[in-house]
Amino acid sequence: MTVATFFFYLFSAVMIASAFLVITARNPVHSVLFLILAFVNAAGLFVLLGAEFLAMILIVVYVGAVAVLFLFVVMMLDVDFAELKQGFLQYLPIGATIGGIVLVELAFVLGSWTLGTVETAHVPTPTPHGLSNTAALGNVLYTQYFYPFEAAGLVLLTAMIGAIVLTLQHKVGVKRQSIAAQNARSGKETVELKKVPSRAGL
Amino acid sequence: MSVGLGQYLVVAAILFTVGFAGIIVNRKNIIVILMSVELILLGANINLVAFSAFLHDLTGQVYALFVLTVAAAEAAIGLAILVAYFRKRGTIAVEDVNVMKG
Repeated sequence: MTVATFFFYLFSAVMIASAFLVITARNPVHSVLFLILAFVNAAGLFVLLGAEFLAMILIVVYVGAVAVLFLFVVMMLDVDFAELKQGFLQYLPIGATIGGIVLVELAFVLGSWTLGTVETAHVPTPTPHGLSNTAALGNVLYTQYFYPFEAAGLVLLTAMIGAIVLTLQHKVGVKRQSIAAQNARSGKETVELKKVPSRAGL
Repeated sequence: MSVGLGQYLVVAAILFTVGFAGIIVNRKNIIVILMSVELILLGANINLVAFSAFLHDLTGQVYALFVLTVAAAEAAIGLAILVAYFRKRGTIAVEDVNVMKG
């Protein structure tokens, strides 16, 4: 057993075990932490496959941003999680049944399927030799897949604006500066000259 | 005993199944449902990257990058909807959401 084989089975076993714990943990904070563990092990699998850039993206974006976002939300919302766990045993049989059916179907698909002869000359973007994974990915991402790349950026922009719009709330009692209203004021309606008669006052 | 494409596909299939069962089992807890969706997308990504590595084709990794983008956007929007819903109702129980039906 080579080192790569050993690490493949190690990463896979830890990833699947932590995925099980994500869906069965009693405390959602533990679920998020096991999700982070699963992502780190998936990044290890990506490194074994030679996709270093995606592995680092997985660590940075998922562990660093998405999982921490989950952690923030879980800790910020004051939710009675014991109550939410009530139906777990009730749904466990049907969940296990459907999961088992899906797994058996996927096993049938994998069992009857073999990879045909790979004709490397015919693949759209063959992996170039002598380039690192990041450089090779950048070469195709900014040329051949430029429009999908821009579309991905638009998806992220939409998500950002959507998240801000959904969660932004204005408190009713807070006075805010309205620059348009300030600029629209004219001197005539703001300043009033009053002729004060002498020795009489107003 | 070397690791081939089949082993990676089996691992991805198991991960997909675990995420799928997680959605059904945790029907009341929408946070864990969102995490299960992340697990499903991770399984799909492992498939894409495994095919990309064994077919010597970079397209799989490019698409895995797009899947990551969509998954991050989905998590952000889902959690934002969850926070807005919690502010409105004071609970995140999913079965109460049907009060909105017309």
